[in-house]
Amino acid sequence: MLDFITKFWRRLFGAALRGNVKIGLYGPPNSGKTTLANRICKDWIGEEMGSVSPIAHETREIQQKESIVLKNKNGDELTFALVDTPGIATRIDYEDFVKAGMPEKAAKRRAREATKGVIDSIKWLDEMDAVVVVLDATQDPFSQVNITILGNLQARDIPVLVVANKVDLRKAKPKRVEAAFPQYPVVHVSAKEGRNVDELYEELFKVVGR
Amino acid sequence: MVTMQLVPYNELQALTSVGRIRKLLSLAKEKKIVLVQGRLAKEEEAELIKATMEEINKDFRGIELAVIEPNAKGGSFMDGVASMLLGNRVGMTVIGPASVVKSIRRDPNKIELLMEERRSRRRR
Repeated sequence: MLDFITKFWRRLFGAALRGNVKIGLYGPPNSGKTTLANRICKDWIGEEMGSVSPIAHETREIQQKESIVLKNKNGDELTFALVDTPGIATRIDYEDFVKAGMPEKAAKRRAREATKGVIDSIKWLDEMDAVVVVLDATQDPFSQVNITILGNLQARDIPVLVVANKVDLRKAKPKRVEAAFPQYPVVHVSAKEGRNVDELYEELFKVVGR
Repeated sequence: MVTMQLVPYNELQALTSVGRIRKLLSLAKEKKIVLVQGRLAKEEEAELIKATMEEINKDFRGIELAVIEPNAKGGSFMDGVASMLLGNRVGMTVIGPASVVKSIRRDPNKIELLMEERRSRRRR
């Protein structure tokens, strides 16, 4: 009961008290969360959020940009804080980073920081007013991590927008993402090339307004 | 040799949420593949991932996890009623230590466990 009241109170007054809403970018490692965060930040505040890398777990700490003001075609404004989270995984092996070319010491440090990052991402779920789940459209969408993230958002009653990212790649199958999660709006995006991000911005208005 | 351990739903039901997570994680840390009757609550799945991350070290590199549920869309009315009555007892959860299980692939009719190759081979 207390949990319900807390959730209700947070939904009703939380965003208003903070002055803007918090929109989180969640997903598995290397799905393009930071690339998308950089795209959004570059478009609306003219600066990037963080560094990107082909090696997984490049983002190992929560990163946040406050007061991003999004405008839609009708001239409506949406002010929000964008939160870029470390990728959620069930396994982290420093040897994978060594295989990717990192020295052993750096790989071990990266693995240690990555585990902490996953814990922080999960802890921060309760802080979010809406979440954009970023999935790599070249990968199988039915992974347990994806299902667990979406299940937890549903259990917390947090509005969700799914992004099928990397549609610039030939192997991308964004329709498969749509088929996997028919209960959520899905936008096909290439964060790297900026493809379809305008549609993403329009969908964000709808999702946050729910 | 790979050991598989079946955990009946009743055994987990008797535990608290934390107890359930600790039990499953400790079995995975013993390098056992755990077959759980039913599923954890969604929040417990996230807590299991968090607890796994807290335990990672040079010997334990995490888990592979898959929850298999009967297809809700194709289910009959009676399946829906059974699901309501039985709650998290429906379906099956597979948890394998990352050092043993490389990945788990789900298919409507089968579960495929891809095993990790042994890094050192014994010579005869």
